Amino acid sequence: MTVATLRNSVLDLATASLRDVNRTLHLAEAGSFEVMHPNGAHALACGLDAPLDVTVRGHVGYYCGGMNKAASITVDGNAGTGLAENIMSGTVRVTGDASQSAGASGHGGLVVIEGDASARCGISMKGVDIVVGGSVGHMSAFMAQAGSLVVLGDAGDALGDSIYEARLYVRGTVASLGADCVEKPMRDEHLAALRVLLDRAGYAGVDPAAFRRYGSARRLYHFKVDNVGAY
Amino acid sequence: MCGIVGLYLKSEALAGDLGRLTALMLHEMRGRGPDSAGFAVYGAPEPGAKLVLLSETRDADWSAIARRLEAAQGAAVEVAPIDDHAVLRTEGDGQAARDWLIANAPEVTVLSVGRSIELFKGIGDPDAVAERFGLPARTGTHAIAHTRMATESAVTTAGSHPFSTGADTCLVHNGSLSNHNGLRRRLEANGERFQTENDSEVAAGYLAWRMRGGDSLSDAVGAALKDLDGFYTFAIGTAGGFAVVRDPIACKPAVLAETDDWVAMSSEFRAIAKLPGVGHARIWEPKPAEIYSWSRAA
Repeated sequence: MTVATLRNSVLDLATASLRDVNRTLHLAEAGSFEVMHPNGAHALACGLDAPLDVTVRGHVGYYCGGMNKAASITVDGNAGTGLAENIMSGTVRVTGDASQSAGASGHGGLVVIEGDASARCGISMKGVDIVVGGSVGHMSAFMAQAGSLVVLGDAGDALGDSIYEARLYVRGTVASLGADCVEKPMRDEHLAALRVLLDRAGYAGVDPAAFRRYGSARRLYHFKVDNVGAY
Repeated sequence: MCGIVGLYLKSEALAGDLGRLTALMLHEMRGRGPDSAGFAVYGAPEPGAKLVLLSETRDADWSAIARRLEAAQGAAVEVAPIDDHAVLRTEGDGQAARDWLIANAPEVTVLSVGRSIELFKGIGDPDAVAERFGLPARTGTHAIAHTRMATESAVTTAGSHPFSTGADTCLVHNGSLSNHNGLRRRLEANGERFQTENDSEVAAGYLAWRMRGGDSLSDAVGAALKDLDGFYTFAIGTAGGFAVVRDPIACKPAVLAETDDWVAMSSEFRAIAKLPGVGHARIWEPKPAEIYSWSRAA
């Protein structure tokens, strides 16, 4: 396949190499793209920094949409480990499930997982907003620093372990909270912020009042001299 | 790393394609384990026991070993060499033959014993290993295969997966165990015989030991969740069964898919992507410390 600056194309991984498909997406400055037959390919549509609209028809492998900036990526299927890792802006949406570490270390933008996300969803998130239509696995929002994680289903063990300043909203049950993560009151500002997030993610019919909020107790911020003997 | 694949057929329709489909899956996992590879295929049970042996140095005198085993067991033994492996068929007791070979033929490694299982392994490109031992043409009911990136012990043929220590039981492992030395000693005190320093062989031996004591496959795996310490995704085969389990913090990847015709497991979805009917498969990620098993009457 000859790589050229294309717009509004169908890119087929059954005939084109992954490298050529990614290069086509990198060169494009605008337009809509459809990627066919991903068959679990890794590192698809990473590092897109133009306002493209990309739809992937099928299941993707690891790190899809990583480092995304400005593009809007929809995976019509499931995603493997590290979906939208280190996303900067734009949107990455998955209609199925996502494996572990979805949205890991994301700085901004929106990640929507319509199905379940497994372990470590939003690990070390730094400003990204993540909305999960189903449930999240254990250790989600581990060391989360900023941004919001919204879970319409349940959360697994150790939610928000060692959390800094992210906001966690869970509608269902939380198996257990991690170290320094506590439940906090839902004030009007949180209800309003959650309303905006749910609308952006396409869940206009979901009531923010049905969620509980969790966040940092801020007890792990500073070294305590009383603990010096432990080192 | 390491790559795992397993294919368990629920209907007869694909029995003739088992090897070909397993080879396709293994091919996709080459990048996860370029050191070495291996596979176990379960066919229709034979009337007698069969053992697959390995001569790592390639200089075993197979017919001499067969004659000695024949004399020791007082039962006829047939031998069919294939590359550095040989398949022995005996009318005697298979497990007793395994014990005799481990004690009396130290120049070979017993890779498997049973009435259904045949197990082959080798160093180097997984596709070449599959080709050398004729995986694509093999038929049967289920198969498990592995591509290895060694961490816990040396890259040798014997140290490649799958590992089998009990009749028609085998295991492949992605991960590493931290309590395998203590567990190996405990199992050896209970009569288990190991042939490598590999941590995964201890896991296989543990399951074989539990099942020999009367555990079902899923009971044995449930006990393993308590007794094995470390990181693991296991795929396990028995004469009529197939199971998958991940450690309680799910360190190592796994994907399961099921249709009316088959159950497939792999480290990554791309190994499953080319199976027939995958478009209609239910696809999910196995949960931590949850046992997934399928079985048919053996």
